[in-house]
Amino acid sequence: MKVTITVNGTKHENDVEPRQLLVQYVRETLGLTGTNIGCDTSSCGACSLHVNGESVKSCTMLAVQADGCEVTTIEGLANGDQLHPMQQAFMENHGLQCGYCTPGMVMASISLLKENPNPTEEEVRVGLEGNLCRCTGYHNIVKSVLACANGNK
Amino acid sequence: MIPAPFDYKRASSAAEAIALVGEYGEDAKFLAGGHSLLPLMKLRLAQPAMLIDIARITDLSYVRDAGDHIAIGAMTRHHDVEHSPIVKEHLPLLAFAATHVGDPQVRHRGTIGGSIAHSDSASDLPATTLALGATYVAQGPNGTREIAAADFYVGFLESALAPDEMLTEIRVPKMNGATWGFQKFNRRAQDWAIVGVAAWKRGNESGVGLVNMGSVPILATSVASAIASGASIADASQLAAAEAEPQSDLNASAEYRTHLAKVLVRRALESSSN
Repeated sequence: MKVTITVNGTKHENDVEPRQLLVQYVRETLGLTGTNIGCDTSSCGACSLHVNGESVKSCTMLAVQADGCEVTTIEGLANGDQLHPMQQAFMENHGLQCGYCTPGMVMASISLLKENPNPTEEEVRVGLEGNLCRCTGYHNIVKSVLACANGNK
Repeated sequence: MIPAPFDYKRASSAAEAIALVGEYGEDAKFLAGGHSLLPLMKLRLAQPAMLIDIARITDLSYVRDAGDHIAIGAMTRHHDVEHSPIVKEHLPLLAFAATHVGDPQVRHRGTIGGSIAHSDSASDLPATTLALGATYVAQGPNGTREIAAADFYVGFLESALAPDEMLTEIRVPKMNGATWGFQKFNRRAQDWAIVGVAAWKRGNESGVGLVNMGSVPILATSVASAIASGASIADASQLAAAEAEPQSDLNASAEYRTHLAKVLVRRALESSSN
């Protein structure tokens, strides 16, 4: 089936199988491998990206469901060498250990602040319940998100 | 994990979706947000030959004040139910329960109609709308009909919907100041409930729905009858599992689930939220 999906500002037209998952589409069809596959069962959040500005788990969405949508992946955040404020906050606050969950964490965190620009620590923890860090490095992840929110004030 | 091959059509109206399902028969499934169906398809527990995507039927995404009840379009996402000022004002129990479905990413895709039509006794919204005395509207080739939530859940992942019928609207009576409680017992964030309870109370009137206490969502009618006859919450809660048939699994034995139900029903009914 023909789909037109705008990814990180670039419009792509592809012929996809209906069963192709959105995460396979960005990783394999477009070669954007920054979005990771973790559990593959919509539990871990490693594959989180944005569809029309909202975080979704791309292992549980078909590419055909994103037809006509705007998709943003981790690769679409930085402007050249200038990191997105959330990426910068993760870097400055050491919001990662092995890094596997990081793209999903960053995408979920941006979506979280869009809906709640000034969250409490509790709201950040609950807001990131869909993203697992296998290193259990949550403390600095939460710190990063709060730092980014404070930077926006 | 990748689903088995299937064909895909996108419907732009309920009538078109129903015509398509009539054309393709029992091999076709409706696809809403996909957060129940796609995981089953990836595990090859479901292998529909045709998916009819109904998520873009924008006519079915709404929350309306309809006087004595709130009407919610079946394709309204959990995220939109959770944040709707109308739901928060008139159905605070449902708004709160919606915040407990999955996680934010899941709520950005999943829909209230999809969750109810999937009829999973472990999901939060079937038991919550059951407790609130909801009526579901189904549209088929010969028009629409109303199905009381109490008559809707007929077996494990099985609803009263005919294969060529589609759930289009959820009608939930306004809570009118009832106190309410929602208790979800699980071991990890975002998990399904090991046992969950949605309950409301207004004087001697009450409604109690149980999550994951049998093959279907359970309406704990014995608790409501006891409250109506003047029993205390503590005494009525002892009847929590009277209608239930809890299963034993990795998370809990049937006996433990029965114990949890009694405790959680008491807590939910004692809650003074309104």
